[in-house]
Amino acid sequence: MEVGIDLERRKALKTGGGLGLLGLLAAVGLIQPGSALAEWQKSAFDAKTMDEALTALGVVVPESSAAIQLTAPDVAENGAVVPVTVESSLARTEQISILVDKNPTMLVSSFVIPEGTEGYLNTKIKMAQTATVIALVKADGKFYRVSREVKVTAGGC
Amino acid sequence: MSSPTKMRASVTNGVTEVRALMQHEMENGRRKDEAGKLVPAWHITEFKVLHEGRVVLEGQFGTSVSKNPYLGFRFKGGKAGDRITLSWVDNRGDKRADEATIS
Repeated sequence: MEVGIDLERRKALKTGGGLGLLGLLAAVGLIQPGSALAEWQKSAFDAKTMDEALTALGVVVPESSAAIQLTAPDVAENGAVVPVTVESSLARTEQISILVDKNPTMLVSSFVIPEGTEGYLNTKIKMAQTATVIALVKADGKFYRVSREVKVTAGGC
Repeated sequence: MSSPTKMRASVTNGVTEVRALMQHEMENGRRKDEAGKLVPAWHITEFKVLHEGRVVLEGQFGTSVSKNPYLGFRFKGGKAGDRITLSWVDNRGDKRADEATIS
């Protein structure tokens, strides 16, 4: 029996960012007054969606990709157990993360896909309410995402 | 004491499919018990799956993963009789590792 979780690897996981989207959010808070914000950024403050805001601030928003399939029920009766499948046919899929935009904590889980393992994951997540499930996939160094709305009848967070 | 992960692995055309059900409460830290007291967060934080000592999947969990986390994934290679080991650590520092054999 081996509990094979070595510390170096854990560190790499932590710093290597399983937190793609959250990293983007953090980046918003990192902008220094006086540099990029010399002028009041109308487009950023007028942004109605997160993506618009990030784009206006010069943050790269992950592209959508038809090579990623996100399967989840249209209506989930029990928010405590929502089956989700992510399937990426992108070459060199390295990482898959699952996020739910209206959960108290947005990031559900993050997976590292080594070479030889397929870009396929089937798991079960909790959802507090009707929300968008996002699959964030890192392939060949770039981030992609797909999202899907799931209606939740009884929240389970 | 934690309970063993239920795990099955089978190989078809050179691809091994693994299905695992870890046994864990996955408390999110926001639920209250009958007395109205918050139940502290208690969940798996990291896991790793090895095939004959080689990592085939690893990841991290937050509190939004369902109770008794389920995972299904596939990797190339593997043959009947090979060992698959799944280990996890939770936020209290509890650990466990369980084995299954590819059929």
